Amino acid sequence: MAVKLVVDNVSFSYGGIQALDGINIGVSRGEIVSLVGPNGAGKSTLLKCIDRILKPQRGVVYLDGKDTAKLNSRDISKSIGYIPQSTGGVFPFTIFDVVLMGRRPHLAWRVSPRDIMIVAQTLRFLGIEEFGTRYFDELSGGEKQKVLMARALAQEPEILLLDEPTSNLDIRHQLEVMEIIRELVQERQISVVMAMHDLNLASRFSERIVILKDREVFSVGTPERVLNLENIRAAYGVEVRVISDHDGKPYLVPISPVNNQR
Amino acid sequence: MSIANIKETTASEEIYTRLTKKKVFFILGLFVALVVVSITATTMGAASLGGRESLQAIVAKILPGLQTTNFADTIVWQLRLPRILMAVLTGLSLGVAGTAMQGVLRNPLVSPYTLGLSAGAACGAGIAIALGISVLGAGRYFIVGNAFIFSLLTMFLVFAISRIRGTAIETLILAGVALSYLFSATISILKYVSDAEVLREIVFWLMGGLYTARWETVILLLPVITIITVLTMRYSWDLNVMSSGEEVAASLGVRVGRVRIIVLTLSALLTACVIAFTGIIGFIGLVSPHTCRAILGNDHRFLIPASGLMGALILLISDTACRTLIQPTEIPVGIMTSFIGVPFFLYLLIRKRRRWWQ
Repeated sequence: MAVKLVVDNVSFSYGGIQALDGINIGVSRGEIVSLVGPNGAGKSTLLKCIDRILKPQRGVVYLDGKDTAKLNSRDISKSIGYIPQSTGGVFPFTIFDVVLMGRRPHLAWRVSPRDIMIVAQTLRFLGIEEFGTRYFDELSGGEKQKVLMARALAQEPEILLLDEPTSNLDIRHQLEVMEIIRELVQERQISVVMAMHDLNLASRFSERIVILKDREVFSVGTPERVLNLENIRAAYGVEVRVISDHDGKPYLVPISPVNNQR
Repeated sequence: MSIANIKETTASEEIYTRLTKKKVFFILGLFVALVVVSITATTMGAASLGGRESLQAIVAKILPGLQTTNFADTIVWQLRLPRILMAVLTGLSLGVAGTAMQGVLRNPLVSPYTLGLSAGAACGAGIAIALGISVLGAGRYFIVGNAFIFSLLTMFLVFAISRIRGTAIETLILAGVALSYLFSATISILKYVSDAEVLREIVFWLMGGLYTARWETVILLLPVITIITVLTMRYSWDLNVMSSGEEVAASLGVRVGRVRIIVLTLSALLTACVIAFTGIIGFIGLVSPHTCRAILGNDHRFLIPASGLMGALILLISDTACRTLIQPTEIPVGIMTSFIGVPFFLYLLIRKRRRWWQ
C-alpha cells in the first residue's frame, strides 16, 4: 500500500504547555486510522497539526512525500478535509451554502455549475439533500455531523481528518456516520484519521489504532493487537473485560477505574 | 441509483440557482431604487424650484441644446447633486464597512465604529477645531485631515495592542472599546475648556451631516470608495468560511490572521474616508447589514453589495427628509437616520421568524 501521510517526529506546545512530543505515524492510501487515548492526550492537537491549522514547532508532516510546511494553505486544503466537532457560526447559513464552502479551495469567486453539481451530489450521497434550504443551527446533532462531512467531501480531499465524529450522536447516527466513512474509503480510496472516544467503534471500523498517552504514541497496531487489557489499563487507568465478537474484533466492556491511579 | 434520486439532485441544484437569481434581482432592485430616489431628491429642496425645472437643469448639462436658468443650474448642480452623491457614498461606505467588520469579527453587534474609529475621528476633529479656530482660522481640510489621521491611528493602535495576543477577536474589540473611552474623555476635556463658538462647532461635528458636501469631495472619494469596496468584495468567500470558525477556515485554505487584518484595514479606511468629511453618522453601519442579512442571508458575495446599496438608500432618504421636512432649517441627519431606520429595523427584528443572532 502506498504511504499517503507521514507524521515524522512532530511536537507541539500551546504557549509553554507541551501537547505533543515526538509523534511518528504513517497512514496508507485507503486506510482508516483511529487515534484514541484519554482526554488531553493530544488527539485533537495532532489532527490540527496534520492539517497545519496548528504549526508544529518540531518535526515534519509529509503529504505524498512533500513537506506540508512548504505547501501553501490552498494546496493543503485541496488534499486534506478537516471535520471539527460540531460548531455553528454566529451568522447561520443554509446547508447548501455550508457545503458549498467546501468548494472554496477550488474557487476564485464565481461558483461554476460543476461546483453546484458536486454539492448536490455530496448532499445526496449523505442522504441530506432535502435539508438544502434549511439552516445549519436548526439541525439535530446527527444531521449537523453529516453536513460537516459533506462540506469536507465537497473539497474532494484525499485525506479526511475527523475529530470525534460520533460524540453526541445517538447509536443509529453513530453507525450511519461510520458506515459512510467506510464506504468513502472503499469507493474513493480516501485515507482517514479520526480521533475517537468510543473504543468499540474504533475497533470495529479502523484498520489500525494509535493509542496516545501523555503527549506520546503509547501503542500502534491493529485493533486485535492494541486493544488489550494491559494497554487500556496503562493508558486510561481503567479495568476492562475484552470480548471477541463475531467479526473477530475486540470489544471492551469497562469495569472500573484502577484505584492506584487516583 | 434510481431515477427519483437523479430528479432530486436537479431539484436541489435548481433551488440553489433560483435563490441565487433572486438575490441578484434584489441587489439590482436596490440599485434601481437608489437611482430613482437620487433623481427624485434632486427635485426636492428649500429653493423654490419645481421638479420639471430641476430635471431640465440636469439634462441641460448633457444635452446642450436644452434651455435652463442659471438659478436652476446652480441649485441642482452646485448644491443638491453633490450632497445627494455624498449621501450615497457615505451610506455605501458605512454599509459595506459594517458588513465586513461584523463578518470578520464574527459579531452581530459590531458596527464600522467598533474599533474606536468614530471616537478617534471625533477626537482628531475636536483638536483641529479647537486649534484651528484659535490659531489657524477654521481650515476645513485641517479638520478633515486630522479626523482621518486620528481615526486610522486608532485602528493601528488597536492592531498593535491585539498583536501581542495574536489578533484574537475579543482582544481587538475590547481594545477598540477601551480606546473609544479614552478618546471620548479627551473630547469631553476639549468641550469643557473651549469657548462657546468652538464648543458649538465640535457639537455640530459630532452630530454629523452632509451639508458640507462639495463636488471636490465627491470626486476625491468616488474612486477611493469604489476601489476599496471591490477589494473588500474579493474577500467574500473568506468571510463566509470564517463565519464557521477559525479552524475550519484555516483548513479550507484561508489565512485567517492575514485576512482579518486586511479586511479590517479596508473597512477602517472606508469609514475614516467618509466620517472625516461628514462627522459621526450613526446607525447606518449597523442597520444596513442586518436588514440585508434578514432578507438575503449571510453569503457575503451578495450581502456586501446589498448592504452598501441599502446603506446608501437609507442615508439618502434620511438626508433628503432632513433638508426638506422643516424648510428652510435642517434637522441633523443622525436624528433622521435613527427615526427612519429604527422602526424599519425593529419591524424586521419582530417579523423575522428566525433569530440568527442567538
